Amino acid sequence: MQCKKIKSSLAAGWYFMQGDEACAEGAIAAGCLFFAGYPITPASEIMIRMVQRLPDVDGVFIQMEDEIGSISSVIGAAWAGAKAMTATSGPGISLMTESIGYAMITETPCLIVDVQRAGPSTGQATRPAQGDMMMVKWGAHGDNEIVAFSPWSVQEMYDLTIKSFNFAERFRVPAFLLADEAVGHLRETLVIKEEVEVFDRVKIPGQPPFGTEAINGVPQMPAFGEGANLLVTGSTHDPWGFRKTQDSATQARLTERLVRKVRDFKSEIVATDSHLLEDAEIGVVAYGFTARAALQAVKTLRKEGIKAGLLRLISIWPFADEAIAELGKRCRVIFVPEMNRGQVAGEMKKYTTTPIISLPKTNGEVIEPAEIVEEIRRNMA
Amino acid sequence: MNDKISTMINPQAFPTPFCPGCGHGILMGAVLRAIAELEYDLKQMLFVSGIGCAAWIPSPHFKADTLHTLHGRAIAYATGAKLFNPRLKVMVISGDGDLSSIGGNHLIHAARRNIDLTVVCANNAIYGMTGGQVASTTPLGSLTMTTPKGNQEPPFDLCRLVEAAGATFVARQPVATPVPLTRTLKKAILHRGFSFVDVLSPCPTQFGRRNALRTPYDMIKALKESCISAEKAKGLGPEQLPGKVIVGEFVNTNRASCKSP
Repeated sequence: MQCKKIKSSLAAGWYFMQGDEACAEGAIAAGCLFFAGYPITPASEIMIRMVQRLPDVDGVFIQMEDEIGSISSVIGAAWAGAKAMTATSGPGISLMTESIGYAMITETPCLIVDVQRAGPSTGQATRPAQGDMMMVKWGAHGDNEIVAFSPWSVQEMYDLTIKSFNFAERFRVPAFLLADEAVGHLRETLVIKEEVEVFDRVKIPGQPPFGTEAINGVPQMPAFGEGANLLVTGSTHDPWGFRKTQDSATQARLTERLVRKVRDFKSEIVATDSHLLEDAEIGVVAYGFTARAALQAVKTLRKEGIKAGLLRLISIWPFADEAIAELGKRCRVIFVPEMNRGQVAGEMKKYTTTPIISLPKTNGEVIEPAEIVEEIRRNMA
Repeated sequence: MNDKISTMINPQAFPTPFCPGCGHGILMGAVLRAIAELEYDLKQMLFVSGIGCAAWIPSPHFKADTLHTLHGRAIAYATGAKLFNPRLKVMVISGDGDLSSIGGNHLIHAARRNIDLTVVCANNAIYGMTGGQVASTTPLGSLTMTTPKGNQEPPFDLCRLVEAAGATFVARQPVATPVPLTRTLKKAILHRGFSFVDVLSPCPTQFGRRNALRTPYDMIKALKESCISAEKAKGLGPEQLPGKVIVGEFVNTNRASCKSP
């Protein structure tokens, strides 16, 4: 991905900041100029920071009548030329899902932040969870590929927001920041560097905006008002946007390209982080806030002479299939603590035959290091 | 003028998908004629539509930027585009079910914000594309696929609805009188703020054949006869206007428009 370096919007230095606020700062740094949102716990602080910060960059803020309106106006603004985003939690994602599918088929870059809370439905609004890992990938009907990252710190709420915007533009997909209440409301140190790397929208006038010769290509994207006679539609369409609602070849080619434009380049996106894995016999896979506890847990086990190591998933979608397969070869068992009933543990089983033990927790509380240690000890006894 | 209008249409888009006798073709012509007469540059315009027969009026026919969105969401998509690029002249053209039923929330909130959009509702009082189900605009007693004993639910008066919500230009015209319709559309396009035109458009295929108006001629004639101008209806109560629909300009005021804070 060819990024350009631009000056950070905040002065370089150390900050003490909340995760949700750091996400908003990351968005401003990435060049976000449009935010539409609707109040929801525990994501509202992102909206509050954006309404304060967008005027500094001549950006546009609107609080819409509901989450459907939020994502709809985000997509409208993206086609008017904006890097655009919204932030919500599970119930909001549920409402947005139809338009997320629209963003997929129209190849609209945008960022959707999901600060996950305990569900299903209204659940426990102020309590953390990681229950939306599958929903963001499989919520919309039809085949698709999206990009999703899971931050484990305030620093990553900032860094991965920028990265998500970059991949949204690079692949012309809706990107998700899959945070959780714990990391969203966490306050800790944030380091701002002099420069950030951003990827800007590709415009090649004259080329089709909805198709490429390559079966895994990403088309160029004009904006409204540039004279491109854009035909944007959620119906199946040809490379110029003309509806092809009865043509099976167009339907087949479009769906294949929408998937392969991301899947064939997943090595650009997939990001993991290894801790104490060199000689590990017992693997732990975790992501988001849970990975903090998992890291502490493997360190504790190491002190007891148990060779445990952590593979932290930074990207969630596309899935880190090769990293999981590789981990399966090294370890005799893999533990997966997560604040859901085993969503990522289940996905991992596609890529390794090594025994995977799910350590789910869905009581609306974060997973403690001692709980992971105890479960691993119990299972190894 | 007709030559000019033909340059505003994508030739690949023909033949249009509209049934014989559908009013949407007349509306399409009236919209293009209004734009041509105002000498607006189509390249600076954006047409947003939802899902349904009416949503196909601009997309893919108009040689301009078009955004064919989801069912009910046209106004919300248009809001984002207009706020980010206020230089765009944004027009929403969609159906009655799309704008007032599934999309009713966005309609009233855009009117409340007085956001600078022109919303044209192609109102055929029925869900046409899906086979003729009752709509939030279907007259009482009408037969539809889902009201085999006649519609028991009173319909929305869309003009009164958006007026109450805060729209600053509100008018209604039937496609049966294309000259006043074009004149009204021009005023709506020129209006700064939220303008709404309820355009009565016959659907012989789904509405007419179930309600003893089998031919396009019958439908247009009935439509013409049911309309009464706002001037003529002045001072008359609903009991003195049975079966009548009041047409004309209802609201034309100025009020501060929604801007980002």
